[in-house]
This record gives sequence, structure tokens and C-alpha cells, in this order.
Amino acid sequence: MGELRAYAALFGGRLRSATAYRTSFAVELLTNAAGTLVDVVSVFVLYRAAAYVGGFTLDEALLMTGITAFAFVLADLTVGNIDQLETYVRTGRLDAVLVRPLAVLPQLVLADLPLRKLMRLAVGLSVLALALARNDVDWTWARVLLLVTAPISGAVFFGAIFVLSAASAFWWVDSGKLGHGFTYGGRDFTSYPITVYGSWFRTLFAYGLGFGFVSYQPALTLLGRADPLGLPGWTGFLSPLVALVAVAIAAVVWRLGVRHYRSTGS
Amino acid sequence: MIEMRELRKNFSVRVKAGRLRRQKREVAAVDGVSLSIARGEMVGYIGPNGAGKSTTLKMLTGVLTPTSGEVSVCGLRPVPQRTRLALRIGVVFGQRSQLWWDLPLRESFRLLRHVYRVPATEHAARLRRCEELLDLRAFLDTPVRQLSLGQRMRGELTAALLHGPEVLFLDEPTIGLDVVSKQAVRSFLGELGRTGDVTLVLTTHDLADIERLCHRLVVIDHGHVVHDGTIEQLHTRYGSRRRVVADLDVPLPPGFTLPGATLTSTEADGHRVTFTLESIAAGAAVAALVTAAQVRDLSVVEPEIEDVVARLYTDVSGAP
Repeated sequence: MGELRAYAALFGGRLRSATAYRTSFAVELLTNAAGTLVDVVSVFVLYRAAAYVGGFTLDEALLMTGITAFAFVLADLTVGNIDQLETYVRTGRLDAVLVRPLAVLPQLVLADLPLRKLMRLAVGLSVLALALARNDVDWTWARVLLLVTAPISGAVFFGAIFVLSAASAFWWVDSGKLGHGFTYGGRDFTSYPITVYGSWFRTLFAYGLGFGFVSYQPALTLLGRADPLGLPGWTGFLSPLVALVAVAIAAVVWRLGVRHYRSTGS
Repeated sequence: MIEMRELRKNFSVRVKAGRLRRQKREVAAVDGVSLSIARGEMVGYIGPNGAGKSTTLKMLTGVLTPTSGEVSVCGLRPVPQRTRLALRIGVVFGQRSQLWWDLPLRESFRLLRHVYRVPATEHAARLRRCEELLDLRAFLDTPVRQLSLGQRMRGELTAALLHGPEVLFLDEPTIGLDVVSKQAVRSFLGELGRTGDVTLVLTTHDLADIERLCHRLVVIDHGHVVHDGTIEQLHTRYGSRRRVVADLDVPLPPGFTLPGATLTSTEADGHRVTFTLESIAAGAAVAALVTAAQVRDLSVVEPEIEDVVARLYTDVSGAP
């Protein structure tokens, strides 16, 4: 309980620090709003350009985009800050984090306050709601459950990817861009039906790394469509399991990384 | 309180070997250090840049994982039991802040109370004591980023002590401070040490810190402990000598000798001479000098720890 209070205090401290720079906060909020707008527009531009995407109607594909958008934003909002780790490692500031009686990961996550990302959450939710409205889903209890678990599992999965890609900084200090390949790249990959990708690439990302279970398989199950790639319908329910595996791997790699931290001189 | 046995930390460095090839090489930053520090001891840990001081401290505080060897602090193993240990130690890294950059000092202290789960009354009592001894009141409400280095360091010290740690690790606490702030920090640490319930390990380049504070001096170079003992033992071991400096009305006659001492320098056209005493007592040397020459002014200079340590560093570095 004491630890929770400690984390709450850290969060409160960050909140008060943010108010020390009101202008920069406002500017960040604006640029984020602009970025969000670009995200939304790009989705609609793409879906206007073609009638079918990888053998799916636009509305069907939009459901995958929606699940991904919501899941990704949720992860970004909660643990996205972890990409700051690179700076902490490079400057040796992680030393100060390590001498506190709290876990490293939550301290870093709470070191920034991504209120500015809240707007993206709203956009993600709207895309998902719009997709649901435009598809004729045959609602059963199983599908309602899936609608709840899929975005949450997706968020957990993306969270693990965020942690994994950030943790690479423990080994390669300038790994930031490499990490983005998996986080933002993963979001882009799962925004569309995986049938649009080349086969070896798809096999690697969708099945090897698990991205196919974030939105593609759950969306198929929600829509009641057979998988053109041949996986059975129940695979739509696999996303919590895939997310758990990703979390377990991320936890192990994170711990190894913290042990591998080498600090800086002095 | 602190035990290290054959503690070692290797870093792998990539060295350029040819145009594109890089070779990986293991470098030992700390190379088999064994030390034992008892409760209440105040230990100065010194060595030239890159000797392994900070690396040792980081292994003691759970920041770095040792390559091999054993280490325990407060009966805990620093890396696996890092968070439990953190509650019982205080750490001041001169170059890394524990404080919230954008918040007033007072606010940082308040947050730390929650981070360390300290009962409010204990926290208030300790803060009051620090406020008094470190003279914090004038800038308690100033954001940390606006504090001077000296003020910030006093804040860091307070931050490290508010949870009542059993061991305090200080990595160059006086680095970059002006004379007054150094004085304030030293006398505060001295006060802290006198109570005897805090064990203090201090790395520094300023040997005056050590002379003022630490009874025990550990010198490390190239990852090895090269001296462990009191400052007096260091002087004896390295044959530090007292010197007699005399200002003369008339320069000494050529060929003058003082038995048991050597003339080590002559300045101001022979009007100032320095003798280094080897086998003669200071009193006898002074008496002999006064009878032999017209002495205007005279002083006996104690050996300086700086000189000893400088000699120690070159000695060790010179050896293979």
C-alpha cells in the first residue's frame, strides 16, 4: 500500500512540475492535436483510395484499424514514456532512479505526464466506435467479451513491445529508432488486414512476433468471417494469451537489461 | 555493515582495430577489492580519476551488478535486494540530482517522504535538524533549478538523510563547491559522524574532506586497494616529512648543512630556505638553524596529504 502511495506521490510531483511550464505544455498539446488529426485523415485517405483492402471491405478493415488505434493509444498513454529510458541510460540519470526504494519501470513511466496524449485516446475510441457502427456484427456474449478483451490485450501487447524496444537501450544506447520500428511499425502493421503483406514478412510479424493476434484475428471473429489465411475462428480469442507471453518476455528482458546497465563515468 | 570480498567489475569496451573492425576488450574497473566497514565508521575512499571509486560505490548501492565477488550492505545483497536496501541507505551522487528540478526544495522533500514511506513526525524532525544545520530556510521555497550549486548540494544531503539511513554514500559531495559551502557540508557531515549511528563512505578529490572527516582512508588505483588505514599510517608508510621554512636576513654560507635534514629549496636569492627533516626533531632543527644563521621568520610545515597521495598515485601507476 505504501508503495502505491509512493507512486501516486511521484505522479503528483510530475503534475506540479508540468504546471511550471504552462506554455510548453500548451504547445505540446497543440502539436499533439495536429498529429492526431493527421492520423485520422490518413486512415480516411487510404480507405477512399481503394474499394477493397486485402480482400476486405473498407468497413471490415476499419474495424482492425479501430481495435489497433484504441489499443495502441492506451499503451502509449500508460507506458509510452518508457522510450525516455534511452536518455536516462545515456546520461547516467538512471543511477538516481536505481537508488530509490521503488521499481524502475513505474518510476520511469510516471516520470512524465502524457496528458497531451489523452486526445489520441478519444480519437482511437471514436474510430473503433465508428467501425462497429458500420459493420453488421452478430452480437453474442462471446463477441461482447471479445470486444472488451481484444483492445485491452492489444494494449498490454503493445505495452510489452514498448518495454522491449526501450530495454534495447541497455545494450545499444542509440536504439531509439530501432525501437520505433516495432512500436509505431507494429501499430501500422496491425492497422490493416494482414492479407495485404508479403508472405514471409507477414509470417514473421503476424505469427512469429504475434502482431496478427492484436486486431486481425479478433476482428475476423467479431465479423464472423473465415480467415482467408486458414487459421480457425477460435484464434480470435488468443490475444490475451499472446499478450501474456509478450509481457513475460518483456519482463525477463527488462530485468536482464537493468542488470546489464553500465552507468556512466563518475 | 559493509562487506566486499574479491569484488570485481569488468566493462567491455570496443576498441578500434583497423578501419571498420572493432575489437571487444574486457577492462577491469574494480579488480578484486576486499573491504570490511563497521557500523559508525567514516571512510574516505580516494583515488585518481578512473580508479574505480564510483564503480565501487555503484556496486554497493545496487546500481551496477558486480562481475564477480561478493558484496553485502546492511546484510543485504545490493542488486537482488535493491529496493529493500534503498530504504536503509542514503546516496548523494555529486553529479546526479535526487531532487525534482522544477519543484521547490520543500516539495521535493515532501515527495521523498512518500517515496521512502517515512512517518510524518520522524520526517519533520529530521527536516528541522537539517534545516538548522545546513541553513536551508532561505531557499526552501525556491525551485531546485534556480538554486546555486552549494544550495543544491545542501538540499541533496538533506534528501539523502530524511529517511534516517544507516549508511550514507557520498560520491564527491564537495565537487565544484566554493569554500564556504564546502565548509558547511564538511561540518555537517562531521556532526553526523559524531553521533556514531551513521556509517559514512565518501569519495572525493578534495583531501581536506578526508582530513576533516575520516579516520580511515582507503586509496584505490587501477581497481586495486593500495592503502587501507589511518592518515597517520599513510604518512609513516610513505615517509612524509615535516619541513622547516626559514626567512633569513643574510643567506646561508655556502656549504652549510643541517645534520639530519636536507636543504630542499632556496628562494629569494637565498633569503628563504626550506629544509626537509629526516632524522632530526623539529625543535632541534629550529634551534640549530637559529644559532647558525640570522633568522627573521620561521615555520614548521606539517606534511600534506596531497603530496603523499600524489606520490602514492605515481608510485602505483609507475609499477606494471
